[in-house]
This record gives sequence, C-alpha cells and structure tokens, in this order.
Amino acid sequence: MLRTLVTRLAGAAIMAVLATLVIFLIANTVPGDPVLAQLGDIAASNPATVLEWRAKWGLDLPLWERYGIFLQGLAQGDLGTSIASQRPVLDDIAQYAPATVELASIAFALALGTGIPLGIAAAVWRDTWVDAAARVISLIGVSSPTFWLAFVMLAVFYGGLQIAPGPGRLDPIAFPPEEVTGLFLVDSLLAGDWEAFHDAAAHLVLPSIVLAAATIGLITRTTRAAMLEAMGQDYVRVSRAKGMRESYTILRHVLPNALIPVVTLGGLAYANLLAGAVMTETVFSWPGLGRYTFRSAAALDFPAIMGITLVVSVTYLLVNLAVDLSYALLDPRVRR
Amino acid sequence: MTASDRLEAQPQGVNRPPSIPPTLEVRDLRTVFLTDAGPVRAVDGVSFSVGAGETLGIVGESGSGKSVTALSLMRLLEEPARIVGGSMTFQGRDLLAMRPEELRALRGDRMAMVFQDPMTGLNPVIRILRQLTEPMVAHGRFTPPEAKQRAVGLLGRMGITAPEKTVSRFPHEFSGGMRQRVMLAMGFANDPALLIADEPTTALDVTIQAQILDLLRQLNAEFGTAIVLISHDLGVIGAVCRRVAVMYAGEVVEEAATAEVLADPRHPYAWALVNAVPRIDQPLGEDRRLVSIEGAPPDALALPAGCRFAPRCPFKIARCETEHPPLAEVAPGRLARCWVTQAGQVLPRAGGAGFGGTRAASTATEPLLAVRGLVKHFPLPRESLFGARRVVHAVNGIDLDVARGETLGIVGESGCGKSTLARLITRIHAPTAGSITFAGQEIATASPAAIRPLRRRMQMVFQDPYASLNPRMTIGDILAEPLVAHGVVGRGAAARERVRDLLSTVGLNPAWEARYPHEFSGGQRQRISIARALALEPEFIVADEPISALDVNIQAQILNLMLDLQQRMGLTYLFIAHDLAVVRHLCDRVAVLYLGQVMESAPAGALFARPLHPYTGVLISAVPVPGRTRVVLQGEPPSTLVLPTGCVFRARCPIARPVCATAPPLAEHAPGRWAACHFPGEFAHGEMGA
Repeated sequence: MLRTLVTRLAGAAIMAVLATLVIFLIANTVPGDPVLAQLGDIAASNPATVLEWRAKWGLDLPLWERYGIFLQGLAQGDLGTSIASQRPVLDDIAQYAPATVELASIAFALALGTGIPLGIAAAVWRDTWVDAAARVISLIGVSSPTFWLAFVMLAVFYGGLQIAPGPGRLDPIAFPPEEVTGLFLVDSLLAGDWEAFHDAAAHLVLPSIVLAAATIGLITRTTRAAMLEAMGQDYVRVSRAKGMRESYTILRHVLPNALIPVVTLGGLAYANLLAGAVMTETVFSWPGLGRYTFRSAAALDFPAIMGITLVVSVTYLLVNLAVDLSYALLDPRVRR
Repeated sequence: MTASDRLEAQPQGVNRPPSIPPTLEVRDLRTVFLTDAGPVRAVDGVSFSVGAGETLGIVGESGSGKSVTALSLMRLLEEPARIVGGSMTFQGRDLLAMRPEELRALRGDRMAMVFQDPMTGLNPVIRILRQLTEPMVAHGRFTPPEAKQRAVGLLGRMGITAPEKTVSRFPHEFSGGMRQRVMLAMGFANDPALLIADEPTTALDVTIQAQILDLLRQLNAEFGTAIVLISHDLGVIGAVCRRVAVMYAGEVVEEAATAEVLADPRHPYAWALVNAVPRIDQPLGEDRRLVSIEGAPPDALALPAGCRFAPRCPFKIARCETEHPPLAEVAPGRLARCWVTQAGQVLPRAGGAGFGGTRAASTATEPLLAVRGLVKHFPLPRESLFGARRVVHAVNGIDLDVARGETLGIVGESGCGKSTLARLITRIHAPTAGSITFAGQEIATASPAAIRPLRRRMQMVFQDPYASLNPRMTIGDILAEPLVAHGVVGRGAAARERVRDLLSTVGLNPAWEARYPHEFSGGQRQRISIARALALEPEFIVADEPISALDVNIQAQILNLMLDLQQRMGLTYLFIAHDLAVVRHLCDRVAVLYLGQVMESAPAGALFARPLHPYTGVLISAVPVPGRTRVVLQGEPPSTLVLPTGCVFRARCPIARPVCATAPPLAEHAPGRWAACHFPGEFAHGEMGA
C-alpha cells in the first residue's frame, strides 16, 4: 500500500510539471502582449519603455530559457512575481485560495449530503413520487445556468425576502477573525468568535447552494443508477433470502457497492468545484482563486497564470489519488 | 467418500404417520407474471409436499416454472410476478397469510435457499465471516461470538480447509466451488427445516458438482434437513433426491420416485427428458442419434386447451388435443398428467430414432490435423515496474492427431486449457511453442496472410449463442459475411441463395433471413452459429462447448444436427465439452486434459470402459449416476501460475507414489491408447452401470 502511494505521488509530481509545460507553451502562443496590457497606450508607444519592461520581466529571453527559469524557481518553491500585483505569486495564491477552498468544500459536502440520500431514495422508491421529485431536483440543478441561478438566489433571498446576507464572505462592517488557516469558519472557531462564525456561515449559504446545484444533480443521478444496478445483483436476493431486514439489505449490501462509481464522480466534482468557481465567485464578490484567475488571464499575467495552473493540476492529481485510494478502501478486489 | 448407501436410510414420505404435518405442503400454487400482453401463467396449479427430512427434486427445462416455484415458496417474487392462487403451508403455518415481518423471520431461519450462481451470490465487498454470521445474529439464534464460532465450524463441515483463516477473506479470493460451499454454509446457518437449492451445481465443474452433491446428501442425512433441489439435470436430482416432480409449462406432469422415472418414465415429456441425455452408464449403441422432441414449450399467454405437451408429443391420441389431463395415479405412488399412460399404455424403452449416425470408421492414414508439443503461456501484466511478470501456463506441451472424418473429444475441468487449445488450433491465438499441421501445412508460425485461405477450411462454433451473434445484424447478413469476406460470392442474389441454403441445412426456415438474433431461441441461435461455420464449406470444425448453454432437449437436437452434417458433408470435428456422457456418445476418440497436458487419449468406447489414467477414472466417476458408488475427487485444479513438478496430477491423485515426482511420458500402452501415468490402468473406479 505504501509503495503504491509513493509510486503514485512520484507520478503525480511528474504530471504536474508536464502540465506547467503545456500551459507555458499555450500561454505563449496566445496573441496578446502582457507589456501592452500592463503599460497602457501612452507608455507602450515609447519603444524604450517597452524594451525596458520586457527585459525586466525576462520576456526578451528565448522561450526555453524562460521555462528553465520558471522550473528553477519552482524547485526553490518560488513561483515568481505577478506582473499585475507586483507581489510573489505564492503570496497571492495563499491569500485567495482559502476563500475558494472553504466555498468549494462546503458546496461539496452539500452536494454529497443531498445527492447521495436523494439518489438512494429515488432508487428504493423507484417510479414513485419520490423518484419523480428527485428527478426534477437534479434536472433543475444540472440545467440552470450558474450566473442565472446566482442572481435569482440573491434577488429572492437577499433582495426580496431579506433572510440571507448579501455578497462577500462577511458583513462589510465585520472584522475577519484572526488568520490561521484563512478559512473563516475554522479561524472563527479557533478564536472562539461565535459572531464571526455565524456571519461567515450565513454568507456561505447562498453561494454554496449555487455552486453545488449542478453537482447535486449529477450525484443524485449517478447514485440512483448505481443503486439500481446493485439492487439487481444476486447477493441482494441472497440477503433477502437470509431474512435480513430491507433497510439492512439496502444500507449494508447495496450501498457499499453502489458507492464505488459515486466516488469516481465525487472526486472529479470536487476538483471541478475548486477550479470552476469563477462565475459564482464573481456574482457573490467572493475573493477567491476564481476571480484571481480571471483577473490574471485578462491581464496576461504569465507568472500568475503559471502558478494557478500548477495549483489546479496538483489539486486534480491529489483528488484523483484520493479517489484511487478510496477504491481500495471500498472494494477489496482492487487491494493488492 | 461414498454416500450412496445413505439414500436407503432416508425417511420416506409415503410411510409418514398421518398425525405429523409435512414440512412443506403446496396445493394448487398459481404464480403469474403481470405483463402488458396479459398474465403469463408461470406456475399453474402446482402441488407437492415434502416431509421432515425428505428430498424432492424439481426438474424441467428453462421456462418450465421451476425457479419461479422456488421463489414463490420463499415469497421472494419480485414485480411483476404475483401469487394468485393456491396454498402453501410450512410446518403447519400458512405462508400466504403471513405478514412481511413474519416471512422475514422465517427466511434464512427455518427455511433457507441456495441460488444457482455462486460467483454473484456473495457480496464482493463484505467479508465471508459477516455474510455467514449476519443471518445467525439477525434471527437472534446466536450472539456474535457464538455465530463466529459456528461460521468457522460450518465452513469446516462444508469441506473448506483452514476455515478459521479463510473465514475473514473476501469472496473474490475463493473459487466457484468454494463459494458454493460458503453459500451452502449460509443456507445451513440456522439449521433450517427446509433448504431450497436452485440449480446449485449448474455453474460448476463435474468434479466440484460431485463434491457438492455428496455434501448435500450428507447434510440431509446428518441434520435431517428437508431438501427441495431444482435442476435441469435428472442425473443431479437422482444423486440426491428420492422423489422428483417433472415440470412442463408451469405444471407438474409427473411425480414419482426418481429411480422409477429414470427407468420407466410415465409422461412423454419426462420420457423425452430421460432419453435426450446420453447415459454414461448404458452401453453405446451403433446408432448415435438421440431422442429429441421438436418444437418449443407453448406460449404461456395462449396455452393449448388440451394437454400442454400435446403439440410436441410423439404418443398423442385424439383426446390429448381437446381435454386437459389431470395429475392422476398411473401406478402405486406414481402420478402422471397424461391420457396415454393413465390408460395403461407403456412408453417405449429408449432407443435411437432409427436412422443414420453410425460410428465413423477412421480409414485415413494421414491426419487432417497434427499438433506436436503445443505450448501457450500468457504473461500477466507487471505488478510493479521492476517485478518479474507472472505467467499463466495455459497449454503445456500437447500432442494430438485428428483423422479426417472423425470426431475428437476434448474433456477436462475448467482451466485445463480446453478453450485455449481450440483458439490455438484455429490460430485466434499464436502458440508460444510447438507445431500445428493442418492438411499438411504448418500453421503454428504462419503469418495471418498465409492462414487466411485456411480459414475457409477450418471454422469454429462458440459456446454462448447469445454473445457470438452480432445483435445489430440480420441473420442473412451474419451468414453472408464470411461468404463475401472470402470472395466466395458477391453481394446480392448469389449470397442470398447461399444463405437460404444454409438455413435449411441447419433446419431453420429460409424465410427467416431478415430476422435479428434476438428473435430466436438459444437452440435456434446455436443452429445459426453452426450455419455460419458451414458457410465456407469447411472440412474441419472446432466446437467449443457448443451445447452447454442449452436445455437437454435442445442439446439433443444440436447433437443430432452435428451428426447429420458430419455424415452428409464428411466433416471432421474437434468437440470440446465438459459433459462426459455427451463426449462418450458423440466422439470417436477422446483426449483428457489436465493443466494443459494430455493425460490420456483413446477411442471413446475403450476410454470410458476402462480408463488407464486415474484422472480419467475420477472424472468419469464424478458424473452423477443414481445408485452408483463414486470416488469423489477432492480439491480443485491448482493454479496455472506455477506448474507442479513431476506428474502434474500427483497432488490430487488417489494412487500417487514417490516415483510420480518424475513426470511420466505420454506413452502408448495398447494400440491407440495413450496415457501419461506410471501406473496405467491401476486405478479402479466405480463399476460402470449394470
């Protein structure tokens, strides 16, 4: 098991570096000049200024040399300096990542906590109103555009009913809890600041529902299909013939088998939630990686883009690794 | 282990004192499937009773309603099946009046069931221990520690070695035979009064089947558990059950002592069942055609008004077409649903249908196919980057000759290399070493282009008629494909002409060429597979278990067809099967494989009359024949990852001695009789037949 883990981690590291190479090449073929994007029209019309800028950011060097410098920095834990913010990229990411991790994790928990029970219920009470209701919920979740759903939620619960707080991670006048992890829920608990905890939790409700909506639909449908397949297996009939209670049969015999495909989907979904929150973060003014990505891309801020790519690919690789390891936990047939 | 004499000690239902109610009493049970087209009467007025400690067999072909009867007894039917009439009493309690909670308390406790497929019946993600103990604990009979102890004890009783260790394993670490033992242990978890076993040995090898049947018989004698055994094989039922009910189209058509039905069936359907199967304990006649009844069971939506078997019955009289016969006594203790035998007529003794099929006398001197030193190893994927690759030793040096016009049978347990051999000879796989000479041409190392013209002369018929026909192609396209691919005919009229020819050759209606495979039954599909193999007019056909997925009556039809075709076209067959009686019946010569090597090869008659190799002896002995003493081969074939040294069979051999540590060569001990054994002919197996 340990050997598998080490091999897989080494493989993941190689994959992550390869991903940066691909992005490096793509980013450099995109038409657009970061110098022009940064300097503005007047400064950019002066060739001397432009040359000076290019030299400062190393843009005058050949492509391979620039990639070499990036890798050298990477080996020392340095992702370079953002052109736009003039700060180390690592600092930028450390500042924005916790907001996204907090939002994505809550949304993921919500998606699993809703989708799996809903999927089980839909399978057990197949072709009844329960199944129909689950189908409608997942259909709405999968097919509502995120920006639309986000505006509707804000308009109804914040603007109309006024039972939910507005955009942002906290009330504009509240102070954030003392920073330890950057996750407000955790930090406020650590500080014993109940007011901040409550405030942070309330601000998470709407964006996490919006972010989770599509995933809830996917997980519900996958769980239902996997449950139905497992319920048709012979060992389920054997369990009934042994006189086991129906609830026991469903939860102990069917569910563990049905969870195997759900875990695959869940892993992908979590990685997607982490990397794909741009829309939700924009509407809810959420200071997370999604918005940072958008800004960096718009400014052609190469060091920042490279840093984000690395973070995203490492996230995907780790989540995949976690999925593979949990297979071994769920299914003895893949254990070695 | 011999246990046939225990049969005599069983309690007999007929002599039961009237005061004790039977364990199970079924009266006029009716179960229907509610379909859009109307109710399908799957079980239609079935009655029987099983006393305490008794054994009853239920036999019939697919769709006869035997499994639905079993599920009805357990009240485990799923939508759209529904019990619509009759009564079922278990230990004096009405099963149909029970609430779900009462039924649940009964299932797995007083009344247990073992299902057909042990590979899918165990939950793959739960340890054997928990699967065994959960019914013990759930029914409140044992505390968890007691249950664990009992589970270990039961597994040991079922013949699993080192049960205290194996009990904490997962199902995938068990072989099929071991899983069926676990399923049986599960059935006996709470010491039930009644065990229903639905085809418990159908998925297993004949040697493992013999072990499981022996076990069932011992458990019945030891614990006094009543057993209802469901099977399509009368031989299996005869090995365990004193009485048998024969089902046809949802009805019991005959009920009597198993031995009596086997010797003298009183319903024409039972007669057909008995005679469709070649018997290993009866002398081989000159005539090799089997009794087969034409047609198919009636459509359960539109049952005939008279006897349901009448449309297919060779003995029917006028009354059979109009009046539905009752199940009535035709002899003391014997019931049959037949106007003919109720009127006292006796059905003829078995015998051929009287035309053709005599044994081919092999005259050719030059063999059509010669295999020498054939080896096939399959390397497994590497487990780690630098680890050695493990190798499956599928075929390990096989020598064979097949003469023109003869049928060579290949037998052996699963994993002996039968199917790999078939794929090597047809060059679907390339051999690791050795030579294959077909019609004078070396094909073991020939390039695919060089083999292509030979494919016309050598064709294959596969086991599964459901998987081997493309569901999206019409029968006409399936049959025309090889013709067009080999440029025998162009598309269009000529191809259609040939397709129609082929269909009528295998006994199908030529007008069916536009139909799709799903419109055909299993037997018809296997005819189509044979037609496809015949399309290019080959000389040689490799048939890999061509009948093992079929009902016995259909088996007889296909075997007769193969015999006819061989006579008409002078075909040479390589016939792979696990059913020894069929091989003995059909084949001129037989080769017995074990761990990818030939243990013995000889003319069929001689081989079965006096096997030289002990493995042949135990294989023959494992075939269930009622009343015959058997030598049950213990254990299962070892892993093919590491070949044993010396004689490959010595670990399981009943007569192994130190000299067996050196491998015996395959030597000719009598003209045409080859065996790889240091002590040929020394192992005396149970005497054959009377």
